[in-house]
Amino acid sequence: MPTLTIDGTEVTVEPGTTVLQACEEVGVEVPRFCYHERLSIAGNCRMCLVDMEKSPKPIASCAMPAGDGMVIHTNTERVKKAREGVMEFLLINHPLDCPICDQGGECDLQDQAMAFGRGHNRFDENKRAVEDKEMGPLISTTMTRCIHCMRCVRFSEEVAGVPDMGALYRGENMQITTYLEKTLDSEMSGNVVDLCPVGALTSKPYAFTARSWELKHTETIDVMDALGSNIRVDTRGAAVMRILPRLHEEINEEWISDKTRYVFDGLKSRRLDTPYVRKSKKLKDASWGEAFKAIKTRLKGVKGTEIAAIVGDQADMESMTALKDLLGTLGSKRIECRQDGSAVEAGVRSGYIMNNGIMGVEDADYLLMVGVNPRLEAPSLNVRIRKAVRHSGLKVGNIGNAEDLTYKVAEFGDDASLLNAVLDGSHEAADGLKKAERPMILVGQSALGSDDGSAVLKATRDIADKYCMRDGWNGFNMLHNAAARVGGLDLGLTTDAGVDGILDDAEAGKLKIVFLLGADEVDTTALKDTTVIYIGTHGDEGVKNADVILPASAYTEKSGTYANTEGRFQRTSKAAFAPGEAREDWTIFRALSDVLGDTLPYDNLGQLRARIAKDVANFDDIDVLHPAEWGEFGVKGKISSGGIAPAIDNFYHTNPIARASQIMSDCIDARGGLVEEATGTHG
Amino acid sequence: MTDTPAFAWTAENEAAAQKHIAKYPEGRQQSAVMPLLDIAQRQNGGHLTIEIMEYIADYLDMAPIKVQEVATFYTMYNHKPMGKHHVQVCGTTPCWLRGSDDIIRACKSKLGIGMGETTADGKFTLSEVECAGACVNAPVVAIDDDYYEDLTAESITQILDDLSNGKDVKPGPQVKRQTSAPVGGATTLKDFISDGEGA
Repeated sequence: MPTLTIDGTEVTVEPGTTVLQACEEVGVEVPRFCYHERLSIAGNCRMCLVDMEKSPKPIASCAMPAGDGMVIHTNTERVKKAREGVMEFLLINHPLDCPICDQGGECDLQDQAMAFGRGHNRFDENKRAVEDKEMGPLISTTMTRCIHCMRCVRFSEEVAGVPDMGALYRGENMQITTYLEKTLDSEMSGNVVDLCPVGALTSKPYAFTARSWELKHTETIDVMDALGSNIRVDTRGAAVMRILPRLHEEINEEWISDKTRYVFDGLKSRRLDTPYVRKSKKLKDASWGEAFKAIKTRLKGVKGTEIAAIVGDQADMESMTALKDLLGTLGSKRIECRQDGSAVEAGVRSGYIMNNGIMGVEDADYLLMVGVNPRLEAPSLNVRIRKAVRHSGLKVGNIGNAEDLTYKVAEFGDDASLLNAVLDGSHEAADGLKKAERPMILVGQSALGSDDGSAVLKATRDIADKYCMRDGWNGFNMLHNAAARVGGLDLGLTTDAGVDGILDDAEAGKLKIVFLLGADEVDTTALKDTTVIYIGTHGDEGVKNADVILPASAYTEKSGTYANTEGRFQRTSKAAFAPGEAREDWTIFRALSDVLGDTLPYDNLGQLRARIAKDVANFDDIDVLHPAEWGEFGVKGKISSGGIAPAIDNFYHTNPIARASQIMSDCIDARGGLVEEATGTHG
Repeated sequence: MTDTPAFAWTAENEAAAQKHIAKYPEGRQQSAVMPLLDIAQRQNGGHLTIEIMEYIADYLDMAPIKVQEVATFYTMYNHKPMGKHHVQVCGTTPCWLRGSDDIIRACKSKLGIGMGETTADGKFTLSEVECAGACVNAPVVAIDDDYYEDLTAESITQILDDLSNGKDVKPGPQVKRQTSAPVGGATTLKDFISDGEGA
């Protein structure tokens, strides 16, 4: 453990720490452009020069390992001069266009020029100019501003695993580009905008719409996938202007997927902003009172057994609870959260969460994936797996579709029945799991989607039970695609025959009333002759056959609790108000129950949460992981051989918000139109 | 990458490429990218194309952009069609002091083209390069793989003429001189010194 002195303060650091990191540890600020703690060291911007005693010249602190007995000075005249010199060189070719640059106000170069620059320039010649590059619908480029820090190049190669960016030519002619100026084909591409320390790569959808200092920042949680990535929503008035990642080491580090980042324009279009009631086959806008009255009329004489509800992928736990309780007052317990028809079971919590947590991937040394494509289902998790493969030697095997996951995967074949061989130990994956110190099995929803889903669930459970149990380590992990799913399972929102049972019964006329809480991934044609009450945000699949539509709030417009795929409870915050007449979902059910005569026993969010906490353990332990007890789940049965259908066939259109987003559609177009299916019934 | 690349190694070049790859440890085949680009450039008649770079990227199992980075960084990889002979005049200080301006002028007037251009008959491409590293014999012109040294306007014109007519030309110093020994023979150490003497 080297001990060194920085500006008179002695500090002992881990071996392998750099001088720059040691400086940070004692709270000494060192300016930098190219250095980034999650990328490899480049050492090419030279901004981090500091003085080291006995060294004839300043050293690049980002690239210098801390050594025992080093004496570092960061406040000498020579350091000041070095920084001013580097700054002056950087600014030689950097245009002074801050007033028209989108990075203005949150620009590293601008800030550091103010803090460390000389304030004037001796350069009289012409500045160089670089042609802008086309990088697709998400990233806007002004390459003249580029200072060649290479962060974007290192990110795409190391983190995203899509080595399509590079620097062409040399010296003054050097240019950063994507290969042949194609769209950066990564679900994580938007992160290069955050990484760019200057205004060379900026967000295209956000271009010239707002200045950073006029935005209200709200820290909240993402619901595009089941990871619950931490995000910051920037709003101006009622409009969400952009979404940025927030640091959470255990979930998303500081990355978010393009869907999370750029879906925000979907919050503005195709929104339901007023209640609707179907009158003589046509939907007419109505007041809340009229809508509630219409529901009351339609409920008259309907028995509890004729009522059911389906919960969508983005419902918060408060809304689900309120709907469940409302159904309870109507005499029905038939409420289903597994919109995709997955065989996952409520009850044993360890049977539907990632028991090792997302961080567990970094500790694991063998990972068997079953019917899961983390690159599309949870891009930030995929980045984590890639990191583990690169840095800690994680081995990955896959039963399911062979897809490019950006790291090396041993493909065992697209056949769920291989699980039998793994279980009896005759398959090589069993060896991998057996020999590993920290084995993981990651089960995706696509593996549980077909008729033998319960048998697959049982088989994976038994495999985990047989091979993946170590002291304090339960290697059974499930990846969900829906932000609402774990919360729904925690609330026990499962029914015997699932969504298909509800749809079949509705078609057969056994159901009179079906509530859809943002359920847009089911085919509602089966509900044509049933009274459908849709509570949701967007005019999507769910409203097609709806008879009463109640406009609700999207995830940025309410405070709601979500349990992510690890079972971690997190809460969203209200960043903006819902449009028009739309209300927060749980208040709708509360108000409706009042009209129906059996008022739900909570008047505010606090009371509702206290009610949930009685049923759900650790519900108030926000952002804390609790180990779940192991148990029995799944049903023993025959696993049919054959391929596993992917859970997501179109990453950019997995939910109603994304389907309403023009930016997401542009992403699809930029990739030559992945699939034509825009309504999406595959969850 | 297209299914049937227009470019593929000749048997001879494939062997040469494999020889370069074999120099590096297993899994480090990417290190051979520079010689392979050179071989490919020669096979293609003097310049590289995107297809060739992609072919090599595929051949070495690396990202195409990485090959493109290398190929655009180094000036000796060409990216547009070249003449049969690439005339590279050194214009850096020692050559310039020894009259490279005259050489450039002679080349331009003999070939009727400017810097970076190719003659209409496709025989010559003219370019100015930075220090060719043969300053002692300045001024220097590199034509293809050979250096022509101690040039004058007349001698370079003659060389270009001969090349144009398909005649053999003698590389190296164009004056009476052995490699970079002094013009007119040795001036010092003329006597043979036997072992031990002068120690």
